[in-house]
Amino acid sequence: MGSPSNQIAVLKHRRFSRWMHWINFPVLTIMIWSGLRIYWADVRDPFGFGVGLVGWHWFDFFPDSINDRLGLRARLAKGMAWHFTFGWLFTINGILYALFTWRSREWRHLLPDRHSFRDAISVTKHDLMFWARKSNPMPPQGRYNGAQRLSYSFILFLGGIEVLTGFAIYKPTQANFLTTLFGGYEWARGIHFSITIIFLVFFVVHIVQVFFAGWRNFLSMITGYELVDIDPTLGDEISQTDDDAEGSDDTTDEELTHV
Amino acid sequence: MSDSQANTSPDRDAERAARYAALEAEAPRLSKEEYQSRSRRSFLFGGAAAAAGAFGFRWIQTRPESNRIPDVLRAGHETNEALWRTLKRDGTNAPTFARSASSFPRVNGRRGLSEEIDLDAWELRVEGPDGELLGTHVLDDIRALPFHEMTIEHKCVEGWSHIVTWGGARFSDFADLYLDDLGGELPRFVSAMTPDEEYFVGLDIESMMHEQMFLAYELQGEALTQDHGAPLRLASPNKYGIKLLKRIGTIRFTNEQPTDFWFERGYDWYSDL
Repeated sequence: MGSPSNQIAVLKHRRFSRWMHWINFPVLTIMIWSGLRIYWADVRDPFGFGVGLVGWHWFDFFPDSINDRLGLRARLAKGMAWHFTFGWLFTINGILYALFTWRSREWRHLLPDRHSFRDAISVTKHDLMFWARKSNPMPPQGRYNGAQRLSYSFILFLGGIEVLTGFAIYKPTQANFLTTLFGGYEWARGIHFSITIIFLVFFVVHIVQVFFAGWRNFLSMITGYELVDIDPTLGDEISQTDDDAEGSDDTTDEELTHV
Repeated sequence: MSDSQANTSPDRDAERAARYAALEAEAPRLSKEEYQSRSRRSFLFGGAAAAAGAFGFRWIQTRPESNRIPDVLRAGHETNEALWRTLKRDGTNAPTFARSASSFPRVNGRRGLSEEIDLDAWELRVEGPDGELLGTHVLDDIRALPFHEMTIEHKCVEGWSHIVTWGGARFSDFADLYLDDLGGELPRFVSAMTPDEEYFVGLDIESMMHEQMFLAYELQGEALTQDHGAPLRLASPNKYGIKLLKRIGTIRFTNEQPTDFWFERGYDWYSDL
């Protein structure tokens, strides 16, 4: 850690990003919670594996204990009421986010570039093989690394698909072009539910990554700015924070050539 | 592989790092002191916003209920109804399927069907806006109307759907019989109920006059069974099954929005697809 004079705060998340991120969190939570009330109105776990296929159930997406604790049983009417009201907030928030990201040119930080796929593999190796970080260095990155660019962009794309499949099953006659686009009512419903599961998986990975990225990174989603240490030998150039900074300190140029 | 080697060469990496750094250099900066006072403000504001959100959630949950759901969510349903009525395009039909894709659906609702009825003694009552009897029908009267068949996806609020083939008369052909009695213009709503009045639905006249709204007496080419609503029921791909009354006893044309069994139990009155 540098002394106070060696630290500077750099804008990481603009106001619209922060607002829409934090609005999205409770709204999406309500959507999933109310969506599960709808899901559970059908016969037992319609998309659990084994139903109808082998005649018995060997996998539940949501065990009974979870359903009971969250009050998801026999709440279909309320589930629909919440879902079809808050769906608009989710949709409008997502559209506004896309517009702002486009207008502010923030997409340049966010969308994958042609290196991102390979970068993502390197980043994943770096993150998972924590005992061999020196031989799996992080590739060069801007605000987000390749894995982040890919996963954030993908989850935003899925958010759009979630809205569209939602309308496809909400208004399968009035919006029948959407229903047809997704392969019909049952397919649209299956996609809608599958994306919900991906959202939940994303949420878990996201929380773990935010935990490991550290407090300063977390704060930047609240204040907008991330505090970074300035390496005095590099003038105004900014080095990475926290463990990445330590990592880059002892990663010599020579090691980088061995990638 | 050679391509991958080239792309990860130190030169390329350095060039990329410089490009990323240039992009990042556009970002505004703050001194640590400015950052700290900003953080304090952000935290206070964020805390207040989180509290407001939690309060808002509780507020919705503790609102007085309107037909079993918080009134603001009922308003949500009504706003959606107004919106979709405005957006509704005339002549939009639900997709239809090959007859061979259809099969018998499950039996999912027995309200109003608690006892078997004598189909030969059955009569359909038709009432006007003031509850006055406009006419009665036997099934042959409905059979005398043009016969239509449709293979459509029957959808349940519970989430499941089933492709079925309904046969019967269009409600619109039936309603035309009463156009003169009703003064040349149909009232805005239709109410239908089972003979024992245990189950009842209310629908808007536009939905009822849609060409895919049937007074069905056949399912999969066979006469309806009692548990599927014999002798006559509503069938449509454009409303959830909760609106598609089985064993119709009375049809009433009315200008007041009729109540509805599941509407009274928390569901959307419009329930349009």
